[in-house]
Formats: sequence, structure tokens, C-alpha cells
Amino acid sequence: MTLWLLRKKPALPVDNRAFDLLSLTAALVLGLHAPHLPWWLTIALALTLLGRCWQRRQHVGRVPRWLKLPLLVLLTLAVVTHYGNIFGREPGTALAVGLLILKLLESETARDVRVGVSFACFALMTALLFDQGLLATFVVALGLLPALATLRALEPAQPQISLPRTLLPGLTLLATTLPLALLVFLLVPRLNTPLWGAPSPGDAQTGLSDSMSPGNFTDLLTDDRPALRVSFDGAPPAPDQRYFRAYVMWNYDGRSWRFIESRHAATQAPVPIEASAAISYRINLEPTRQRVLPTLDVPLAAPEQASLLPDREVLADKPVNTQLNYQLQSALHYRLQPALDERSRNLGLRLPVGFNPRALALAGQWRQRYGSDDAAIVQAALSLFHDGGFRYTLAPAPLGRDAVDDFLFDTHEGFCEHYSSAFTVLMRGAGIPARVVTGYLGGYWSNLGDYLLVRNSDAHAWSEVWLAGRGWVRVDPTGAVRPGRVELGAAAAAGDQLAWYRDDWMQGLRNHWDIVNRWWDQGVIGFSALRQRGLLTPFGIRDTDTATLSVLLAIGSVLFVAIGLAWALLRRQPRDALRGTLRELERKLARKGVVRRSGEGPQHYLGRAARAFPGHRNELATLMQSYLELRYAHDDPPAEPLRVFQRAVKDFRIVNVVK
Amino acid sequence: MREVLQRLQSWAERRLPALTRYRRPESLPIEMHRRRIYIVPTGFGIGFSVLLMVMLAGALNYANNAALLLTCLLGAASSTSMLVAFRSLNGLRLSHIHAGHAIAGQPIELTLSFDSTRARNAIRLDLGRTSVAFALDANVAARVKLALPTARRGWQPVPRLRLWSSWPLGMFRAWSWLNPDQSVLVWPQPEVAGPPPHALADDSRNMRLHQGDELATLRDYRVGDPRRHIAWKASAHHHSLLVKDFEQPQSRPQWQLDWRQLPGLGDEARIARLARWLNEAQAQRRHYSLWLPGTDIPAGGGPLHYAHCMSALAQLP
Repeated sequence: MTLWLLRKKPALPVDNRAFDLLSLTAALVLGLHAPHLPWWLTIALALTLLGRCWQRRQHVGRVPRWLKLPLLVLLTLAVVTHYGNIFGREPGTALAVGLLILKLLESETARDVRVGVSFACFALMTALLFDQGLLATFVVALGLLPALATLRALEPAQPQISLPRTLLPGLTLLATTLPLALLVFLLVPRLNTPLWGAPSPGDAQTGLSDSMSPGNFTDLLTDDRPALRVSFDGAPPAPDQRYFRAYVMWNYDGRSWRFIESRHAATQAPVPIEASAAISYRINLEPTRQRVLPTLDVPLAAPEQASLLPDREVLADKPVNTQLNYQLQSALHYRLQPALDERSRNLGLRLPVGFNPRALALAGQWRQRYGSDDAAIVQAALSLFHDGGFRYTLAPAPLGRDAVDDFLFDTHEGFCEHYSSAFTVLMRGAGIPARVVTGYLGGYWSNLGDYLLVRNSDAHAWSEVWLAGRGWVRVDPTGAVRPGRVELGAAAAAGDQLAWYRDDWMQGLRNHWDIVNRWWDQGVIGFSALRQRGLLTPFGIRDTDTATLSVLLAIGSVLFVAIGLAWALLRRQPRDALRGTLRELERKLARKGVVRRSGEGPQHYLGRAARAFPGHRNELATLMQSYLELRYAHDDPPAEPLRVFQRAVKDFRIVNVVK
Repeated sequence: MREVLQRLQSWAERRLPALTRYRRPESLPIEMHRRRIYIVPTGFGIGFSVLLMVMLAGALNYANNAALLLTCLLGAASSTSMLVAFRSLNGLRLSHIHAGHAIAGQPIELTLSFDSTRARNAIRLDLGRTSVAFALDANVAARVKLALPTARRGWQPVPRLRLWSSWPLGMFRAWSWLNPDQSVLVWPQPEVAGPPPHALADDSRNMRLHQGDELATLRDYRVGDPRRHIAWKASAHHHSLLVKDFEQPQSRPQWQLDWRQLPGLGDEARIARLARWLNEAQAQRRHYSLWLPGTDIPAGGGPLHYAHCMSALAQLP
């Protein structure tokens, strides 16, 4: 039995255990943030923390104000001078971590400590803005343990246990609530657009690839992270004009389309363009680790530190590793390369030998039917896509060697990659120079921020065909199938299947850890609004909207609350073994017709039973005797006689007597 | 301000019993169960949920799923702590209350015995502005001592107590009212100064030679010792007879304290004077008897006798 007397004082000094745990939490936070804090700040903060712990060991009390205030000013100054700003991800977190350590200087009451813990939780979360890998998340989650233990330590009257053991209850709490957390995580409606246009963490993210093969886009299409932000001088272009070109791909090997750089060495000058109206805009590009700079349609000139390639793609001098801003002018109505040189024509007609015979035959038929009318052939192809029973899906059936044939005549399902690839092959087969262009289409226009937000999931592929007199003309075969392009449900249906579909099993076997990481990246990090909407596809709901999610969330929460309440209300009655044994005897007798009446004592009841079964009179008398002795001769029935009694009841059989 | 609030509260409890869950005094033992445990978030709990909201908004805005998962984990853990808080009260039993002795104006010590089939931590008991925290082990009664301020003599009901806990995280506070149907007896306050008792007329008659209840020592038998004073058991281990020697006769005269001998005084003044005499008699280790209207306590001494007399005084109308 323990008893603590609390004096009711407004500010009760916290005990050492709570302070130690809070210091541990702060140290963990500091350690997690150390990789991206300036080294001198980390060291200074660590020294401050150590100094404070030492000071409190000597003498319990706050650090005097004349020391605290200059430290605060110093911290702010240091952050401002180092980052030039206190807003933004890096300076913000540096400031937050610094403030947490400084909060420790004055943590003497339970209230201070609670504020400190809350702040530490927030600082732990900000560590995830830098690295949301599996390992980092796990370590951050472990950081919650000392935080929760600190809160527990603030409660009075609890058993004294060693410091490591204080962390265990928090672990139990987190482990038991993990299912609820996962449910909420799964069902909390994701935002389609950010509430505020803060820059998103852009580490190790890849944009478009310089080759296009089946399944290569799905990663992007399920990635909701921003790719670029565009602000226009003047009105933004109409939604169907928002094509952002990145790569122009000429080379097709039967499987994938490739962008080849060697071509640019040969012909340096960009192809001529006759533009009527130009639109001026600024692009803020997220890091892609690639050199290509997406541009709205066809740019007129390259920005600084970048060059304009012959096909009017823009390639930066260096890979884009940090956010990049560039200003451009583009033409929306133009004639690109009105005169096609022989080399380009050959390149634009080249097809791999021995692939897709049926597609080429179909193209040949068209050529025969329409003669030299290229535009009619384009139209024929588009109507084929439109009326030929094609379906837009992000999870198409796999294609064989003759990918275009399989797609055109067999599976009839795919997304932009399939359509643009098949279309271009058909055009080349019909003798029309054609090429595949990848980039982005669409984006979200933010009225508030006055900019167009283009996400990775807006990645798109289309075709350009060269028509005499009109130059290169953009044709979007995907639009023929699905004018709305991305039906969210169908796209999201891909979510889980794609991980397997694209997974390289051999590599997975070689590297198990990589699978876990990949699973984490795709299952947790990549669980975007798009994937969330396809959550219920297996159950036949194609588009899970916010309302459905909220209802599901409510239902799930109620379920969990019910489980929790059942646990909380569960009361184990102390088991009375003797009583249970008597019950067993009662059941045996009741089966033979002697039921104990309510309010009937054991003696009377067993006496009645003995009269009913005269053959068992002696046995019943013995049982009654031992029961009465066990029940009334002791406070608690002694163990050995109880066991004997239990065995006797177990062995008791009523033999039917035939009268 | 505080008075206004208290008046408002008592009015509300009188007028709106259903709303304020005013509980009538109930007999012991009182067991906590779900119908009488209430839970509210603490100030910290509200603050923390605001923080969670901020974290949620941030995680959603930055489309950072790891941060979102962390926020969900933290949120789930903190909301589950509500159930833990509930559970730390649920099934707790106040089995009995033992009151000490105190004279009016001094706090009386209450010892409350709690028991439970589970171990519990950080349970707090509030009485007025005082608060006691205690923990208890499974199936072991915890005795919690509380000081109850007293004002006047007589039976004083044990006031309503608040049993609460914010275990484990301090975000939710589960509480319940305890309104035990039990009273404690407060002894009267003796007057500060006054005359000594004058009814000492028949002192000599009450002088006792061998009066004394407490066994002092054993000595050898001497001729003339009464037979009943022989310690037979002890003598059996000895080669001679031993006799129980009782305390030496009182050198001080016995007091006969009588209500009727204090005419001309008010009831309370009489009680205060008698209480002072009782105190003096106790301090001087005298024997005394007490006569009160409706009660006649024969002569005696020792703390039990003193308590008997004081209680009789306290219960006078």
C-alpha cells in the first residue's frame, strides 16, 4: 500500500524522473534532426541540454531569466543568419528544435513539462518532413516512447520502476492502438490540393523518365507529389491547352520508346517554328535529378543555363537537384518544322522489323483506303480508339512481344502510354512521320495562389504527327478514348496490383530489405488521394469519395470504440472454484431431474437429491459433508481437500435405476 | 466569484439532479461502475488535441504519409488513454471509513479504505481543497488519510468526496462523486479557562486502596493477599506463589462531574466546561464519573473512558 500526500500548490516541482524523461525525449529529437541542422547548432543545443541537466542535478530550479532570454535571441539570430529566413522547412525545424531545448531550461512544473512534451511530439513529426523512409519513421515512432513515459511520470502515486522499464507501457499503448491508427490512416480523406502552397519535400523524387515502356508511368500516375508549379503572365491557357512537353521520343524498339541524346549532337539548331501568339509564364520545378525542363507546349527560346534541343525540348546544363525557377515563352498556335528534312522523316517512319504485323497491316489498309489524305488516316485511328471498345485503365492486362498488336486487337485496355505508343506505330505504319512526346497534361488551377499545380500524377504521353503544310501536330489518342482522361477509380484500381506487376522478383529475392522499403514506399508513402479513392475497388466501389470515406471512418471508429469499451468494462469476477464445482454437481443432478430451487441451501438440495437417488445416498452424503466443510470450516477452502472434492464431483455418475 | 460559482453549483444540484448527477448519500461499500464515472478532457488534453489537429493538417497538406501515420498513432494512443483513465476507476471500492477523534475547530482525520481486484495507479481523492493521491495493489486495501475540517461539536456528515484520476497521460480526467452515508462525531471544544470542579465533598470515601485496573507487576505472596490476585499460571512455572500487584491506590481524589452542578450557565458553556474538566482529569490521570441528562457514566479512567465521556458530551442536543 502506498500513499502520497499532495500539497495543493499552484506550481508543483516535477520530480527528477519526469525531467530525465523529457530530457531524453529532447535529446532524441535533437538526434533525429542532427543530419539536417548545421553542425554548430547541433553541438550548441546538445551542450545546452547537458548543461541544463547538470544544473538541475546541482540545484532544482529554473534557469534564470537573464540567461534564458539572451539564449533565445541568440537562437533566433543564428537561424536567421544561417538560413536567411525563419519560415520554411529547414529554418522552421531548426527553430523548433532550438525552442524545445530552451523550453527545457524552464521546465520545472508539470505544466511546463506537458508543453515540452507536446512540442517534442511536433518536432518529432517535423523530422519526417525530411525523411519519411521506413527506418526514419520507425525511429521517430520510438521517439514517442519517452514522450509518453514523461506524461506518465507526471502522474502522482505510481510504483517506482527503472528508467528503461518506464518506456514499456508506452510501447504497449502504441502497439494496442496501432490497428486504430492504421484504420484512421487508411480512411482519413487526403487532400487533393494543398491547403497552403508550401513547398513539398523533394528528396529523391524522380519525374519523367527518358524512356517509355509499359508500366513505366504507373509509378508517376499514382504519385501525388507536385512536379511543377506554373504561374502565367495573364490568363492561364484553356485546360485542353495545358500540355507540358518534356521528352520527344523517336526511337522504338518494339518494347519501349527512347529519347536519344546523340541526335542533338548531330543537328544543333532547333527546328524552325512559325508562331502566332506567345504566352509568357514562370515554372517552379521540383527536383527531378534529371536535366529536362518541362515547358508549356513549344517554347520559343531556352531559359538561362539551359539549351533548346532540335525538337524544342529544353535541357538544363545540370540535373535539377533543388527547386528550380525558370521563365519561358511558348507558342500555343504554331507551325513546327513546316519543312521536314529527309533525316527526320526517316527517323519518324522507322519501325522495328518483325513486330506488330497486324497493326502494320491495318495501317496499310488505311493508307490504301484514304490515299494520300494523312489527316483522314489520323482520324481513322482516332475513331478506332473511340469506337473500338477501348477502355482506359491504369491496370491493363500484360502485353506480349507484339505489344501494339496485343493491345489493339486483344486487350483493348491501357492508359496514355499504350494509346500514344499504338497510335504512333499505326501512323508510322501508314507512312506518316510520327513520334511520342511525354510530359504533363492538366494540373490544378489554384485561384487563391494564382498558379497551376502540376503533379507527378499528371504525367502524360501523346503523339505528334507531321502533316504536310501543318508541320508537327499534336494528337492525343488518349483523349479519343477518355476525354476526361483520368477516371480516378480506374486509375486507383492499379494501386496494389502494380506493385506486383512491376516488381522484379529476382531483385526482390536478392534484397529482402529492399522489398520492405518498397512496400513501405508504395503502401504507406505512396498512399495518395488517388490510391485512396480506389480503396474499395475490390468491393465494387470504383470511386471512394470523401463522404464514403468519412462514413467508413465513422463506422470503423465506432467499432474500435466498442472493442475498447468492452475491454474497459470487462470485469473478471474472482473465480470461486468450490462454487464452480458445486455448479457442476448441480448440472449433473439437474440432468436427472433434480433441479436446485432458488433459495434452496446446499444441504437441503443434496438431501433431496439423496432421496431421489437412493442408490447414491452415501456418495451424495459424503459430497455434501465435504462441501459444507470446505465452505464453512475455513475462510478459503484448503487446496488439497478441494481437489479431492473436485475429483469426487467429476467422477460422480448417476446410474439409471430401472424400477 | 468562487462563492457565486459554488452557490450556482449547489443550486443546480438541488434543482437539476438529473443534469448534475447529484448523488444522494449512499451506504458503504461504494463501488465505482460505468454509470457513475464521468470523463472530461483536461486542459492539457484539449491543447494536445489542437496540436494533433495541426499535425494532421500539416501532414495532409504536405501529403506526408509518414507524418500522417505518426499523427494517427499519437491520436489513437491519446484517445485510448481515455479508456485507461476510466478503467483505473472502474471497479474501485470504498469499503469503509474510519474516523479519528477531534475537537471542534480542529481537523478530524478520516481513514478511507479502498480495495480493488486490480492494481491501480495515480488515483486522487479530493476533499474540498485538499487532495490525496494514492496507488493500490491488487486485493490489498489502501488506507487513505484525509483531514476533514470541523466547526462544531456533534455528528458531522462526511462531505462529498471526489475520486478522480488522469492516469496515464493526463489528457483525460475520469471522476466520480463519493457521497458516503456516514457521519463522524466531533467532540466539543473545551473552554479555555475556568474554575476547577468543586464537588469534591466525599473525597475520602472514594479514596481506594487497591483500586487500579492495570497490572503493574508480579510479587511474592504475602499472607493476607486476596486469593483472586494470585497469578496461578505464572506460579506454576515458579517455586513460590506469585501475586498480581495492581497499580497503587490513587493518591488523587476522584472527580464526580455533574451537569446539574453547573446551574446558571448555558448548555454550550456547560459542555465546554465539562470538556475542560474531562481534559484536566485525563491529564492528571484522575478517575472521574460523568452525569449528563440522560446519561450516567460511572467512574473510570483511561483513554477509552475519556473518549466515552467526550462522545457523550458531543452528542448532547
